[in-house]
Amino acid sequence: MSKAYIALQDNEESHYIVEAIEEDNPTATVIYQPAMIRIENEGSLVIKRETVEDKMGRDWEIQALHVNLITLGGNVDEDDDQFSLTWKQ
Amino acid sequence: MTIEIKTSTLEPIRHTFEHTKRRFGDKPASRYQEASYDIAPEQNFHYRPLWQPDKELFDKSRTAVVMEDWNVHKDPRQYYYGTYVQARAKLQEVTESNYSFFEKRGMADRMNDEVKAKIIRCLVPLRHAELGANMNNMYAFSYGTATVVNQGFLYHSMDRLGIAQYLSRIGLLLDGNSTDSLAAAKEFWMSDPAWQGLRRYIENVLCVEDWFEVFIAQDVVLDTLVYDLIYRQFDEAITEQGGSDLAMLIEFMQEWYKDGSRWVDATLKTTVGESEHNRETISRWVAEWQEKAVADLTPLAELAVGEGAIDVCVEVLNKRLAKAGL
Repeated sequence: MSKAYIALQDNEESHYIVEAIEEDNPTATVIYQPAMIRIENEGSLVIKRETVEDKMGRDWEIQALHVNLITLGGNVDEDDDQFSLTWKQ
Repeated sequence: MTIEIKTSTLEPIRHTFEHTKRRFGDKPASRYQEASYDIAPEQNFHYRPLWQPDKELFDKSRTAVVMEDWNVHKDPRQYYYGTYVQARAKLQEVTESNYSFFEKRGMADRMNDEVKAKIIRCLVPLRHAELGANMNNMYAFSYGTATVVNQGFLYHSMDRLGIAQYLSRIGLLLDGNSTDSLAAAKEFWMSDPAWQGLRRYIENVLCVEDWFEVFIAQDVVLDTLVYDLIYRQFDEAITEQGGSDLAMLIEFMQEWYKDGSRWVDATLKTTVGESEHNRETISRWVAEWQEKAVADLTPLAELAVGEGAIDVCVEVLNKRLAKAGL
């Protein structure tokens, strides 16, 4: 299996997203790099709108992820409530 | 020749303040956490206040409610000064454009006199009640413990002042800037039997010493009833009578109430959940103030909406209390 990964700019907003990802993907590894936060997980990685909203304390749209997105790896499945990365092999 | 580009990672010496680190662990903290938690001092005060020498500044004994640690509270909106101001600026921008649209299209002239008179009698006097709410929240802000709780009261308090100003502007829009409606509304507030109950209630709360009781009486009990009565039921009633354009002017209050309720509910729930003692104390306050509020608001409810309106408000309040575990 390969790792699904996502990298976000290291800023105030991303911290909430990272916190939400950590909660929804307990096995994920978070790597703090200069000005960038990379999160990787074996097989799949999911970002849920509800969890992020809960962390931020305000409404948040999945598309807003792209504001802070640097790169990602995995097959994308995106709808209004979640954004997931998986490797279909 | 090949050039290999390498990045070297410099570990920051510290991620956040020591006191934030002690509470949340050694990781980058959010601005909200840094600006809100463990800010107000709790010990090593040099002097006791001259005006209350038996207590210290930020003394926890100014309320009967007991929290092991007041800093366990959290504002779900995560407002500190910066985010609060941004959120309100956004809301206000929309409201200002609504008000100027209302004025530009001369919508006040399209309302009949009966509807205007009803708005001036049932809505505009609320600006005095909002000023009372401003002072009550400011009181809780001044005497409360822990920044994370206090700042919520300060924001709530300033919002109430803003709402009072918007209510005044509604009056001015309806009377063509002559201030007649404001004078009439003041008269209703001071002597109209329908308003005397609410005025008495607000004035009684102004005299309460326990700041958490003030929070319960004002933000939990009274506001739940008044906001449901005026900004939902009265809004519907006046729409039926041909005053639907009023909706543009009170949208701020409706949106604000939704936003503010999240903080009120969270603060209530955390405090009630702390201990059986808190639950009992708060239930007692709720029962006392609810009884007064229902009796005091009934005449206004009958005037503004009609028979039975107050019962609907009480149902809304009971649902809200049940959610907080009361």
